[in-house]
Amino acid sequence: MTTNVKASALRAGVNRGLIEFRQSWTNVDDALGQVIFMLLFLGTVFFMRNAQLPGTSVSLGATTVPGILGAGIVFNGLQGAAGYLTIDREDGTLLRAKATPNGMLGYLVGKIVSLSLGQVISVLVVLIPCQFLFPALAPDGVWSYLHFAWVLAIGMVASMPIGAAIGSLISNPRSVGLVVLPIMGLGAISGIFYPITALPVWVQDIAQVFPMYWLGLGMRAALLPDSAVAIEIAQSWRTLPTLGVLVAWSVLGLALAPVLLRRMARRESGSSVAARRERAMQRVG
Amino acid sequence: MRDPGEVAVAVSGLRMRYGANDVLHGVDFQAGRGEVVCLLGPNGAGKTTTIEILEGFRMRSAGEVRVLGTDPAHGGEDWRARLGVVLQSWRDHGKWRVRELLAHLGRYYEPYSTEAVARPWDPDELIEAVGLTEHAGRKIKTLSGGQRRRLDVAIGIVGRPELLFLDEPTAGFDPEARREFHDLVHRLADDRTTVLLTTHDLDEAEKLADRILILNGGRIIADGSADELSRRIAGEAEVRWTVGGSRFVHSTTEATKFVHELFKQYGEAVGDLEVRRASLEDTYMTLVRRAETDGETELGLIEAGAR
Repeated sequence: MTTNVKASALRAGVNRGLIEFRQSWTNVDDALGQVIFMLLFLGTVFFMRNAQLPGTSVSLGATTVPGILGAGIVFNGLQGAAGYLTIDREDGTLLRAKATPNGMLGYLVGKIVSLSLGQVISVLVVLIPCQFLFPALAPDGVWSYLHFAWVLAIGMVASMPIGAAIGSLISNPRSVGLVVLPIMGLGAISGIFYPITALPVWVQDIAQVFPMYWLGLGMRAALLPDSAVAIEIAQSWRTLPTLGVLVAWSVLGLALAPVLLRRMARRESGSSVAARRERAMQRVG
Repeated sequence: MRDPGEVAVAVSGLRMRYGANDVLHGVDFQAGRGEVVCLLGPNGAGKTTTIEILEGFRMRSAGEVRVLGTDPAHGGEDWRARLGVVLQSWRDHGKWRVRELLAHLGRYYEPYSTEAVARPWDPDELIEAVGLTEHAGRKIKTLSGGQRRRLDVAIGIVGRPELLFLDEPTAGFDPEARREFHDLVHRLADDRTTVLLTTHDLDEAEKLADRILILNGGRIIADGSADELSRRIAGEAEVRWTVGGSRFVHSTTEATKFVHELFKQYGEAVGDLEVRRASLEDTYMTLVRRAETDGETELGLIEAGAR
């Protein structure tokens, strides 16, 4: 009975994830947001295509692509999970899930499915056109793509649970901006747009605590020719440390998220949703 | 079909305290299987708190509570599957379409289907039952307030619950939608669904409820059918008559006796006689006002009188 019930909730969760994923592409506002971001990015690297990375023969545009992919995974993972959670809490979606048998399980599975699909698709829609623009990308063919796949996978696990944990601590959707700003800041110091070795060592040290730098590095290791390693710290791709740091963040996220999510879910009730609605109405008025 | 022998909800000595502030001071009541019980009371009386404790969304401070035989503080998912909750909604699932959401939420009840009760409710039949057939394919955020509320009711009953909580279900309904909703509640009660609802609409309470509970200041100050309440508690009827062209009005708890005295005194001179029993609204206002002005002893007496 119990396994049947859980299996049924898992299937319902997958169904939920697919519906939400479809909505993110059929809903005009959401889809437009994604397309505009993509066009801006592709436009930027297009104009960078003939610039060279200082001291090497590697195209500056080509080196920016993997960095952006890595940063995008962190950004979407944190901001996506945190943002959805706070919005769903404010508008009553989470309470609805709580009022449904095994609804919380279904809700979480649904979010994991829709966010993961969203991540994979948004990475691919950037990578595929860039592959035509910069033939130097993914020089080792299948091996490059396998490397890319595991960095992508561990990157999602390292970022989404942390995002969910942060989201369960924020009760006001407008405060998600407070999360976005530090991530933007990390983007500036993590060697995404420019080699990290050009920055002071103490800044490099800070950047190396967080997953964004390592995801950028992991993506560059997967997709760039070996000569590009010249601009990295210690002139090495540091594959094992990359894996180690990202696994550490995953463990931290997976340990924190269930505890914080449970605490948040316990506090949901009709009157807490109503109270947030009152506050939101006051902001509107 | 009422079957008060089978208890769906049993509450005794329920207390709730937030910090130093007592919201519920020992609430007692029961609801039988298939009964429609309406919780009335001014804002801040503790209605929502009581309902949320019964729904298992809020922990109580003290007292005994049994909902479908289970303590809601420890109700598992199997227990949850037998409840329906209609929340005061806002705008969740705005991007979903009506039928899509009902079909999706129904899936969670599939494993709880039994020979006697097929779960979930078929989405198309359910949409028809709440009168949303022509809007089945619409995005939820484009529904009007009343349509949205009907969808909320549909979500509450998609799992064919044994016990349904309705928190101000008809806010924003036009008279026709309200009538249809009342029919729906009667049909649910006929299928032995117990319904516990809160409302501010006294007319609605009178039409729907088998039993009315009036909650004030964290206590149940009255418990009975609308008729019983107006007879036993307020008991005041208004007698109007004319004698020799002058009009008179008198309020009394013993209307029959008063009218008898009236005729003994004036005989056939009494004209235009009218005896009006208090409406539920009068009863409610009297009770709440009395409870607010009188002390605790008086409250105890009224409560005892209601039994």
